[in-house]
Parts: sequence; C-alpha cells; structure tokens
Amino acid sequence: MSQSSVMPGFRPTIGFTLLYLGLVVLIPLSTLVFKSFELDWNDYVHIITNKRVISSFRVSFSTALVAALIASFFGFIVAWVLVRYSFLGKPFFHALIDFPFALPTAVAGIVLATIFQPSGFLGKLLINTLGVQVAFKPMGIVMALIFISIPFVVRTVEPVLLEFESSMEEAGSSLGATRWQVFTKIIFPNVFPALLTGFALAFARGVGEYGSVIFIAGNIPYISEIVPLLIVTKLEQFDIQGATAIALTMLVISFVMLLLINVLQYWVRKRSGQL
Amino acid sequence: MSILLSDISKNFGTFAALDHINLEVPEGELVALLGPSGCGKTTLLRIIAGLEHADKGRVLINEEDKTDQNVSQRGIGFVFQHYALFRHMTVFENVAFGLRVKPRRDRPSNDIIAKKVHALLELVQLDWLNDRYPDQLSGGQRQRIALARALAVEPSVLLLDEPFGALDASVRKDLRQWLRNLHHELNVTSIFVTHDQEEAMEVASQVVVLNHGRIEQQGSPSDIYDHPANAFVSRFIGQTNVFDLDKHDADWLQTAGLLPPHSDGKIAHVRPHDILIEKSTADQAAPATLKDWQHLGALIRLELVKNGSNGSAAPVFAEMPNDQFKQLNLNRGDKVDLKIRQAHWFH
Repeated sequence: MSQSSVMPGFRPTIGFTLLYLGLVVLIPLSTLVFKSFELDWNDYVHIITNKRVISSFRVSFSTALVAALIASFFGFIVAWVLVRYSFLGKPFFHALIDFPFALPTAVAGIVLATIFQPSGFLGKLLINTLGVQVAFKPMGIVMALIFISIPFVVRTVEPVLLEFESSMEEAGSSLGATRWQVFTKIIFPNVFPALLTGFALAFARGVGEYGSVIFIAGNIPYISEIVPLLIVTKLEQFDIQGATAIALTMLVISFVMLLLINVLQYWVRKRSGQL
Repeated sequence: MSILLSDISKNFGTFAALDHINLEVPEGELVALLGPSGCGKTTLLRIIAGLEHADKGRVLINEEDKTDQNVSQRGIGFVFQHYALFRHMTVFENVAFGLRVKPRRDRPSNDIIAKKVHALLELVQLDWLNDRYPDQLSGGQRQRIALARALAVEPSVLLLDEPFGALDASVRKDLRQWLRNLHHELNVTSIFVTHDQEEAMEVASQVVVLNHGRIEQQGSPSDIYDHPANAFVSRFIGQTNVFDLDKHDADWLQTAGLLPPHSDGKIAHVRPHDILIEKSTADQAAPATLKDWQHLGALIRLELVKNGSNGSAAPVFAEMPNDQFKQLNLNRGDKVDLKIRQAHWFH
C-alpha cells in the first residue's frame, strides 16, 4: 500500500481491529455455529418448529420492535427538550437519562415488576382506571424494554440536534414555512438518520435483553416467554444442542434485521445528500 | 418597496445593541449597513426580517406596519452569511422550497414550480447544478443558490447578512459586481450588511454607517467619502491621517499647510491623496523623510516620517499615481516637502 495519509498506523490499527473481532466476536460466535453442526438438519428443524419456540420468537421480536418504536418516539422528544430548552435541574436530567446504562438490569426488572404487578402501586392504578394489566403480559416486556433502550435513542439523536444549524430553520421560516413545516421538512429529515441508528440500537438491545424482562414478564409459555429465557431453560436442563439451535437462529435473524436497518440507513443518507 | 424604521431600540441584557434607530430606505435602493463588528448592523437587519424583535419601535415595509408579524408572513427574502441551504435537499428543491410550502390554494402546480425554479437557477447561472446537494458546491455557488432561493417567493424586500463574508477574495469581488448587476435587473429594494467599507462603497447606492447601535451617517458612497459627518465615519471609510493640533508643533503644521486651524475643531483628518509630495531642496527644513512605499496597483502609498523634535511620531501616509512617483525619482531616506490640500476638521 502506498503512503496516502499523513497519519501512519493503518497496519497496526487494522491488525488490532481484526484481532478484536476475532477474539471477542467471531470465535465465540463460530463456536456456537460449530456446536449446532452436531445436530443434523431434521433435529434442528424439529427443535426450531416447536410451537413453544416459535411463540417465544414471536414474543421476543414483536416486543422489541414495539418497544424500539416507542422508545424512538419518546427518546426523540427527550433529546429535543434537553437540547432546545434550558431549565432548572437539567444536569440532573442528563444523569437520569444514563441511569439505565449503569443499573443492573435485574434490579430494573424487579423494580418494574414490583410497581406494575396487579397489587403494585402503578399496576393497581392501571387496572382500576383503564382495566389494563401490564405485568406478566407482553406489555410488561415492552415496558421493561422501553426503560432500558431509551438512553440509546436519546444519546444518538442528541448530538445531531445539537449540531443542527438554526439558520436553516430561520431560512425556512423566512421563505414562508409554518413551524410545523419547518419541523417536518427541515429539522426532522436532518435528524432522521440518527434516529434510525438509535432505533436500531434500541431494537438490538431489546431482542437480547434478559435480566429486566424475566421479572416482569411472568414467563408464561406461548404468551410472555422470551427467547433468551428459553435458551437458559434449555441449558439448565442440559439440553445444550437445543439451546445452541435456538441461539443460532436468533443470531441469524438479528443479524439480518440489523443489516436491513443499515441498508435503509445508507439509503436515507444517500437520498438526503449526506453521503 | 420602501422600508421605514422608526425609533428602534434593542438591548441584550444591559448592552444597548440598537439605540433609537430611525431609517428610511426608498424603493429600489441597494443599501449597505456598514459598521465595525458589534455595532448592531446584523441585529438591525434581523429585526427588519422579523427574525428578532425590537424592544421598542416600529418596522414598516411599504407603509404597512410589520412590527408584530412573524418572519414567515413578512414577504422578505433573507440571505445568510453561511448560506443556510437545506443540506438534505437538492439545489432544485432548495429553490422550490418557498413555493412548495405555500398554502394549498396559493401553491403553484408542479409544472409552474419547475419552470420558475429553472428560470431562477438560470438567473444565477447555475441551472446545470440543479440535481446536486449543497455539500457538493463551492462557497460562491452556494451563496448564489441561497439568493435564488430567497428570490423564488418574490420578496418585496431582499435582506442579505454579510453575504460575501465567508468567501475568498477573488470570488467576493466577482459576486459584488454580480449582485450589483442583478439588483439593476430586478430592482428589488435590498439591504445588505457588511463590515467591509470597500464592499459597501462598491456595491451600494446608499450607505448607512453604524457604530455602537447608532446611525453615524447615511448617504451615497461619494457623499460619505467626501463629506464624512464625524471623526468616526472619516476614519472608518478609507484611509485617513489624523493630526491633533495639540500634539504637533505649530511650525511643522504651518509648513505642511494645515494652519490656521479651522473653526470646526482642532483635529484634522487628511486623506492620503490630499497630501502633495515634492522632493525637498532645503536639506534641513524639510518636514518629512520618506521611509518606505508600497505598490497598490495604480497608486503608490508613501510612508513618511515627520522631521522635527516635537509632536507625535506616527507615520504620515500619502498616495500618488504610479507615474508621478517615478518622475519624482525618490529613494528611501530622501527628505520631502509635503503640502496638505484639504482636511476635514472635527472636535
């Protein structure tokens, strides 16, 4: 390779990157793949098409999707408020946003389960007023996932909103656009790629989440049992092959979905002249 | 259309950015708001646009009170220093934006929008870039697109905030000329803000000089250059030599031709081209020594050091045409006589 950049170090850095990817990501994941090769195809299909397994896939991906959508919406609003306005106690709110990053997820799960269970503070209120039970249902899972995934959205959207040139808004209104038009036609399209990244992160986190979900989900087979729990259950029964088969399937689906989101993101950026 | 500002004041905290500004801009003029940074010129422009609101005073455009109107209803075109093009839209969509956001009943059809946008892009000579994104354009191109975008809504008034401030010198020179021509063609009342006196003199038909939130002088470029209203304007517009009578000895001033003092004051401002230079014959009595000179194209600027023990040691600058300087056949260190033809006197 010719010396094309003033910064040396392409070789050591790419070497480190490959080493990292190999040691930390590829070797463990390939172990998973090789382990599942011990199964023959029929056994694999048999495990995967089990009704309980399929239900858990449905629960995991649908709750993660719904939670990521809701977290994107509210996360955008939170980021907007934190960037656009100054108010008393703003640093406190900033710290609060990052809280779910640091909190052990099991603790979050237990707390959420305590307040949302039918006899809990919020759970009772919701049953009495709206007749809705949150805990021990998919809605409980969504609740827990929103809690842990909102900071991903806030922290990806925030820097983009911060850097947004306010003169673009002023230019919009000087050309006769209403506030709503300025938001939908100027601000939002510029923030959308970042929001998509936040959504992808929230979704990925939601699919893999275990600790906070199992306490509030109730883990009723066919209704509120998530894939990670099913894997753990299989492992506890020393059904290692069953566990790897499910894990591999989950891995492939997640990878494909993240790939799709990345392609979508590339397309959005290209369409909006950011590439 | 005409613009009338009456008694505009604006404070930022305790800082008075604008202090009782009264200004009238007749229809079709191209006016420069000129002043040093922090003088309030951009704030004034933003108040006319409605991007900022005055604490006191009224803004009238075409005799209609616009003071409480939102920027989106004022019918102005605004051009920003850093272009403020919509990054996520093509050049075409940028220019079309003002037409597309019109309420449905006023919105032209897509065909008419396309025709109009292409006509505007041709006016700024950039139609061939219509499918590019702003990030792919040069600074000068971006500013011309920004201008086309502002013109698309047929504004009654065009406001430009340091439109050439972010461009490099040669592009700036071209665009100045181009803006002047465009204004001749469209004849829309325009105000632009600049801190560059040369730019103001070259482009504008009227110049308004601001300082510390007040208007120091308003007039045509030649008016302001030839008859500066006060010491600030005189010093800000063009080069000036300042002679404070208290700081110079009377003999020197007498030989230079500045005495007797004028009744208007005792500080004389002298333009470099109002100083005549001759090679001195009497070696001792000569009032100045030639220290150095610079070529300014057609003119030569001479840097002179005053002879004589008393008074300020500040250099005196004189200017003369190139060929005249050659005839004088001067060298560094030569003694020269100088005669001051004309001075403006201030307190």
